Amino acid sequence: MVVTPSPLSRSAPMQIDEIAKTACDRFGQAISVSHGDGGVSLSIALNDTATLPVISAFLFWDLACSFGGIVVEELGGRWRLSYLFLARGSGWIEILMDVPSSTVTVPSISAQVHAADWHEREAEDLFGIRFEGHPRLGDFILHDQIWPEGVAPHRKLQRKTMDARRDHLRHRPNAEWRPLLVVQDPGAFAMPVGPVYEGGLGQSVHFLLETVGEDVVRAVPRLFYNFRAVEKIAEGQPISHVLLLAERFAATSSFAHSLAFCLAVERMSGTEIPARAKNLRVLLSELERLRHHAGAITAICESTALSVAASQAAMIEERLLRASCQFTGHRYLFGLNTPGGMRRDFTAQACTELSKGLDPTVSELHRLEQGLHFTSSFLDRLEDVGIVDPEKARDLNFVGPVGRASNQPGDLRRDCPYSGYETYEFKVPREIEGDGYARLRILFQEAYQSAHMIRQVVERLEPGAVSVSCKPPAHGVALGWAEAPIGATLHWLRLDGSGLVERYRIVTASFNNWLGFRVAVEDFAFQDFPIILASFGLSATECDR
Amino acid sequence: MSFWFWRGLQKGIHSTKYPRSLELAAGVTPGRPVTTEFHSPDEAALAAEVCPVGAITSVGSKADVDLRLCVHCQRCHFGCVHPVGWQTDYEWTAAQDSKARYRPLPDAYRRSLHIMVVDAGDCGACLHEVKQLNNPFYNMHRLGIFFTASPRTADMLLVVGPVTENMRVPLLKTYEAMPDPKRVMAVGACAVSGGVFGQSFVSAGGVASVLPVDLEVPGDPPPPLAVLHGLLVATGRKAPVASNSIVERSA
Repeated sequence: MVVTPSPLSRSAPMQIDEIAKTACDRFGQAISVSHGDGGVSLSIALNDTATLPVISAFLFWDLACSFGGIVVEELGGRWRLSYLFLARGSGWIEILMDVPSSTVTVPSISAQVHAADWHEREAEDLFGIRFEGHPRLGDFILHDQIWPEGVAPHRKLQRKTMDARRDHLRHRPNAEWRPLLVVQDPGAFAMPVGPVYEGGLGQSVHFLLETVGEDVVRAVPRLFYNFRAVEKIAEGQPISHVLLLAERFAATSSFAHSLAFCLAVERMSGTEIPARAKNLRVLLSELERLRHHAGAITAICESTALSVAASQAAMIEERLLRASCQFTGHRYLFGLNTPGGMRRDFTAQACTELSKGLDPTVSELHRLEQGLHFTSSFLDRLEDVGIVDPEKARDLNFVGPVGRASNQPGDLRRDCPYSGYETYEFKVPREIEGDGYARLRILFQEAYQSAHMIRQVVERLEPGAVSVSCKPPAHGVALGWAEAPIGATLHWLRLDGSGLVERYRIVTASFNNWLGFRVAVEDFAFQDFPIILASFGLSATECDR
Repeated sequence: MSFWFWRGLQKGIHSTKYPRSLELAAGVTPGRPVTTEFHSPDEAALAAEVCPVGAITSVGSKADVDLRLCVHCQRCHFGCVHPVGWQTDYEWTAAQDSKARYRPLPDAYRRSLHIMVVDAGDCGACLHEVKQLNNPFYNMHRLGIFFTASPRTADMLLVVGPVTENMRVPLLKTYEAMPDPKRVMAVGACAVSGGVFGQSFVSAGGVASVLPVDLEVPGDPPPPLAVLHGLLVATGRKAPVASNSIVERSA
């Protein structure tokens, strides 16, 4: 299908009503539009499933919405697929497609919206839904050399035949399995890296570097070694337990994930949390971002073997970890969020000390940045390496610092404010080069912005309660979102009528950006690979869930 | 490049004195809940109730803490009516089986221990804390402990994560590729007991169900010094703690 740019292409944000009207004019009887609930501003139900690719392309390309993700649910005798889009500055839009559960084939939208590619592969692997027109399904989350065909572990049906929490499917490795190789030139070969590499200090990812000798033609990441089925084991659990899972499946951004989860629960119950709790959440989110970015900078320095800079960045990171622990009692900010606010309060003195204590750390970061900026041997290795140009970044819907280094403005703190972010003054830095150095500069600038915001929070903190009672209804649906240090994260939650979780869906920035990682690793030299990887700073475990 | 040389020298030495003396800087460890005596059995039962993973059991008026199961959610410490005691230490490493005493590696390894790390489904926290051992604050090289890139040269396998189905084979292959003598250390609540992920169709629920484990470092995540303590225990330079498990203590 050819997507023709429509005269509606524009950059200024459209209001939700305006979007609803435009969609109705364009698609008429094929859709029914209503106001969404549970965090979604506009709900578009499809009367004709064949419209799906066209309306997705319309939202993504013509209305310049960004793609959120696909939520697959099995409700009674039907599948419900929700496609989430974000109209920046206006709110979330969902396209709802209900099909009978006897249907196993639905239209694919990944030809129009490339960012949906992996979401469809995931749904095919875990639910057994075929996406018609998708070029490559199978062997994704459930690795084909271990799992037999036809296993759909996330289906409800499986509850009867196997208990996902106890039964263990003992499969024999399938020795016949071979990876798909694309480069077929004479002399071409593939160099495998991982899943255990760098002495195991790398995350569990496998890369197949396809090469014809000197240069690598393409590199294919194979993920999901850390697949712990968080979404499945959350089913049937009470909210307080799922909160533990939300916090612990990806520790690099645990506070952001627990925040997104708590926001979903609070939205479902209609709880308005106290101002002090909102401010503290901003403070801790920014503390986490600052610490994460210091870690990402360390990794970039390490990848270029600039040991002194790497050591100094690592010291900054360790200082921030210690400051977090001293302030909250946990180095990775576990156990602080709870539906209804914060689990504990902090004294005014502790807040001031934290804010004061950050000043030397931030000036250290400044000195480090200056040092790196004038080290030509370092810059040579980062500049023009792993380039993602802005068109490709838009096409693949890059989010977070990686997207902002390729001129993508997306930042949920600004686009769809939560937890009172609209009341803070901060900049969302952007670069246009999209190379390793641009990504490093973004990390530094965001770290300064985070420190700036922590100071703002501490100045405006007023005494008061930090939590209210939050009684979630027995059943309901809600979406929670947060801008994690790596990028936008969505937590979608449905309760089953007895207050237990029926379906929990997590969309993470790493999942989003790993899909696009391949465009940065085309035609490069072997020695650049660790640098590209470090400059992306993606988390495999956050992607795998 | 001389710039970085001078910058490095200017910074001076920041390494901890541990293990010669205890490191007491603020924030090096989140601490741990400890077995607490309450006024009445009811209070102990209430204290045990708040734990979402069943790491606290009440025995009479005592709330007994099983650190192997603890996921550091701090619900028994902050914002509850009967908080259990909290101790900010980090020497937590225990032998996997307290009855069969841990045999340290031979003396030749005391100042030359090469570690292979495997991320078997970790959330990133434990792996990150293990990586911190290389930073100037902890600098484990000074103790003759090194990360190694190949299992062929490794003396110790350090596993983080509950062992996912997709990582089971890579983990076993790494273990088999290591020459004897070798030791296995499970780091973090997930590797020790499965943590919040437990046992499921994709998670083995701890390293011990796939490999013979020698040492366990509990904590979610254990801070770098706790991991360092474990490595010193492995070479016989520190003694392991008695046991972190209630079941073993009461037996």
